Amino acid sequence: MRRRNWFLFSALCFGFAFLYGPILSLIVYSFNESRLVTVWSGFSTRWYGELFRDPQIIDAALLSLRIAAVNATFAVALGTLAGLAVARFGRFRGRTLFTGMIAAPLVMPEVITGLSLLLLFVTLEAAVGWPSGRGVTTITIAHITFSMAYVAVIVQSRLSTMDASVEEAALDLGARPWKVFLVITLPIIAPALVAGWLLAFTLSLDDLVIASFVSGPGASTLPMVVFSKVRLGVSPDVNALATIIVGVVTLAVIVSGWLMIRSERRRERDVQAALADRS
Amino acid sequence: MSGAASEEPSGSGRRRAFWLSGRGLVSSIPYLWLLLFFLLPFAIVLKISLAEPIIAQPPFTPLFGPDGSLQATIDNFLFLLEDSLYIVAYLNSLKIAGISTLLCLLIGYPMAYGIARSPRAIRNILLLLVILPFWTSFLLRVYAWMGILRNNGLINNLLMWLGVIDQPIQMMNSDFAIYIGITYSYLPFMILPLYAALERLSPDLVEAAEDLGCRPWKAFLTITLPLSVPGIIAGSLLVFIPAVGEFVIPSLLGGPDSLMIGRVLWDEFFGNRDWPVASAVAIALLLVLVIPIMLFQRMNLRREGA
Amino acid sequence: MTKWRKPDEVPFLRLEGVVKRFGDFAAVDGVSLDIYRKELFCLLGGSGCGKTTLLRMLAGFEQPTAGRIYLDGADITEAPPYERPINMMFQSYALFPHMSVESNVAFGLKQDGVARVEIRRRVAEALELVQLGPLAKRRPHQLSGGQRQRVALARCLVKRPKLLLLDEPLAALDKKLREHTQFELMNIQEEVGITFIVVTHDQEEAMSLSTRIAVMDRGQIAQVGTPTEIYEYPKSRFTANFIGSINFFDGKVARSEEGELTVTVPDLGRDLHVRSTRQLAIGSDVSVAVRPEKIVISRDPLDLPNSVRGKVRDLGYLGSVSVYRVELENGALIKVSAANTRHSAEREVDWDDEVYLGWRATSAVVLTE
Ligand SMILES: Nc1ncnc2c1ncn2[C@@H]1O[C@H](COP(=O)(O)OP(=O)(O)OP(=O)(O)O)[C@@H](O)[C@H]1O
Ligand SMILES: [Mg+2]
Repeated sequence: MRRRNWFLFSALCFGFAFLYGPILSLIVYSFNESRLVTVWSGFSTRWYGELFRDPQIIDAALLSLRIAAVNATFAVALGTLAGLAVARFGRFRGRTLFTGMIAAPLVMPEVITGLSLLLLFVTLEAAVGWPSGRGVTTITIAHITFSMAYVAVIVQSRLSTMDASVEEAALDLGARPWKVFLVITLPIIAPALVAGWLLAFTLSLDDLVIASFVSGPGASTLPMVVFSKVRLGVSPDVNALATIIVGVVTLAVIVSGWLMIRSERRRERDVQAALADRS
Repeated sequence: MSGAASEEPSGSGRRRAFWLSGRGLVSSIPYLWLLLFFLLPFAIVLKISLAEPIIAQPPFTPLFGPDGSLQATIDNFLFLLEDSLYIVAYLNSLKIAGISTLLCLLIGYPMAYGIARSPRAIRNILLLLVILPFWTSFLLRVYAWMGILRNNGLINNLLMWLGVIDQPIQMMNSDFAIYIGITYSYLPFMILPLYAALERLSPDLVEAAEDLGCRPWKAFLTITLPLSVPGIIAGSLLVFIPAVGEFVIPSLLGGPDSLMIGRVLWDEFFGNRDWPVASAVAIALLLVLVIPIMLFQRMNLRREGA
Repeated sequence: MTKWRKPDEVPFLRLEGVVKRFGDFAAVDGVSLDIYRKELFCLLGGSGCGKTTLLRMLAGFEQPTAGRIYLDGADITEAPPYERPINMMFQSYALFPHMSVESNVAFGLKQDGVARVEIRRRVAEALELVQLGPLAKRRPHQLSGGQRQRVALARCLVKRPKLLLLDEPLAALDKKLREHTQFELMNIQEEVGITFIVVTHDQEEAMSLSTRIAVMDRGQIAQVGTPTEIYEYPKSRFTANFIGSINFFDGKVARSEEGELTVTVPDLGRDLHVRSTRQLAIGSDVSVAVRPEKIVISRDPLDLPNSVRGKVRDLGYLGSVSVYRVELENGALIKVSAANTRHSAEREVDWDDEVYLGWRATSAVVLTE
């Protein structure tokens, strides 16, 4: 038993080193003076300055954030409805196709999704004149389509672990179905919706391939700009950008983790208090 | 008694019309969205793969000619078969995705098992550490490896400084770099389903087997491994399917001769502007992946039923 | 069978041939029942016999495959749950986790559009009734199991439904708390005067709580009656066996006169006499059923209409009573229980003693099946 523990322990160490080593190297070299990313020549924050003075990157970042926020909001709305339908409506006509269309985007190679959506947009434009041209709208639609699948999976798994008799109790007490959904179901699954929103936001912020296909002139998202930069070789201001992103994500995770632990602690105290009351 | 419900014809036991009066509406909004933006596009890709390229906007012939006759051609698919580049690219993609999936499994399984067997208090933190990289940019994580694997990158510099080598080893622009890139990027997708399967598995089972005289490794092979097969399949599919069509990793880390089909499709589309051939490449790729995708969907349905 | 209370009273809840099928499987298979106002009616039966399914059809969560349900004269078979004047207390309590005790209880009244002042008054009243006034501001996870259960009860009662359904309301409680709550439940029922239907698979609970009991078996009603009727006059081997334990003697009717049957049991050596008003053909197959505590056990011959000889094979000391297994001359094992009126050291009957068993003609029932 002890031997295996030792083996698992080293596997974990190696695995995490593998996961975090490259990220660490990005961060370290973002503070490198030299343009040659991997030759250390002294500490400097000059690449951060250059990053913020690059209008192309700033514009692209703002555009990406905007698309990501709109995408996440729509994806949560549509994904919640989809998750609700799969988890709560039993068997309905076309359910198999529906679950298939929710599962497939999770694994579909991006080049296929991107190409097929572009061809759809071109065809639609020729047929009905919408969407006219390609840009922010088409990117957003494309992102909603695949991120809603992720949200649907999260919502569905949350709903299937939620005690359905709580909803039945509300119906029994006289609430109409739509009211049950708004007053009972939504508040209970709210954490899952927040997680879904954040995931959809990140997915959109991260997407290069699909956006490249469906974007048009003038709409360059952050990954598209970064890609065209790094394709030519390493460039230190990209390291600076990566460091900022890692920093923001880590901060968000630490804060949310702290909030979670705190509410867990409070909950535990409450339960203790309730049990003590009984006597 | 109730207006709406009693108007319905009675007799069908399964009908629960009252349960959500807006049920149809609720499911039809996402349903229509997915039909329009997920399923319909495939039909269009199929249609265009049967067209001929022309220099026009859009750059392909319509499916029906001006006289209403069908103008479908399978020339594009024949072209894929004729030019060995495509066949090689498909096979190479499958090979690279397969080997990377195996690497993910080799690294991911012990990690997932280690996390599942670690004390409850730190389990969630370890899990979070696995997911965390996934929330940072995929593109930038691939980019990180460019800095590490280059001729004057981190590894070569380190090895030369240590005096192990005096010539940099060529690691960038090779299949090796692609394996590393895919394994690195997709590792969390392997670990999470594996962890889910292993965490459900009670340690009592292994202890019971050892109690009955099984050696630890035998207990692992006869108890733990078979019971985690669903996790292995789910994780492998989550890695393998998208990896076959991967574009970013081969184009940043791979060399000119490491052909992957995602990159071929991209070049066909953006470089040659040959939409019909790009569509044919996509359809062929989809055909290659249809069995694993259906397997993935079956696994989802089964898990839902359990 | 005697009707419960007044013979001319109209049933309050009526089920007519209610069937619920899941695929090919009939979970509830043709249940017809009449339940009267202010009854505390128990549904009793083994696991999976369809109790919950029946209750869910009454609440409106499941639609019957066939049959009708009438409440107070109105057909409610197809009414949605939120339009039925029926409330259900769930086995899991199903409290809304994100609302305080107070809001949980007020929820139903809000749905009915009751005025705010009125809501406040009635919620306070209901919480008073279940003695939870001081905990009104708490969340469900801050309550103990018993407190949660009382919130669930208050949440139903506050709506003053015509009918209250309780699915194994006491299942989650320990024995002490359970007995205490049983009485509380009966008191509350008397106080508010609502008709209760309680599901349980605990026969003692059913006997002590209810005005009437329906025993269910594989989706069907095996017998309906008051606790005494069910216990003293079971109609089938199933009910007889389900409630308490019982001994059976299989035989044939030899004589039938003046409300008394004589039954010949093979190899027993003597006929059994049973008081019964039933008219049965001579020679028909019957079982005579006798409860263990109705049998007198003695080392001396007994002067009773039914008396058989046997040997004590097994003896169980349960504190207040002792249970004997006696092997008869025909090889049958008979269970007898007797109150321990003496100290165990002075016990009269012991292992391997030759004993006489006897009982009155009124102590046994005759079952045809
Ligand atoms: N939704 C359903 N689909 C299929 N079968 C069902 C469904 N609900 C119940 N059943 C079946 O119907 C039968 C009766 O179930 P029910 O829940 O009514 O039993 P019960 O008497 O309440 O049992 P318990 O005492 O264990 O709660 C069971 O065999 C169960 O498997
Ligand atoms: Mg039940």
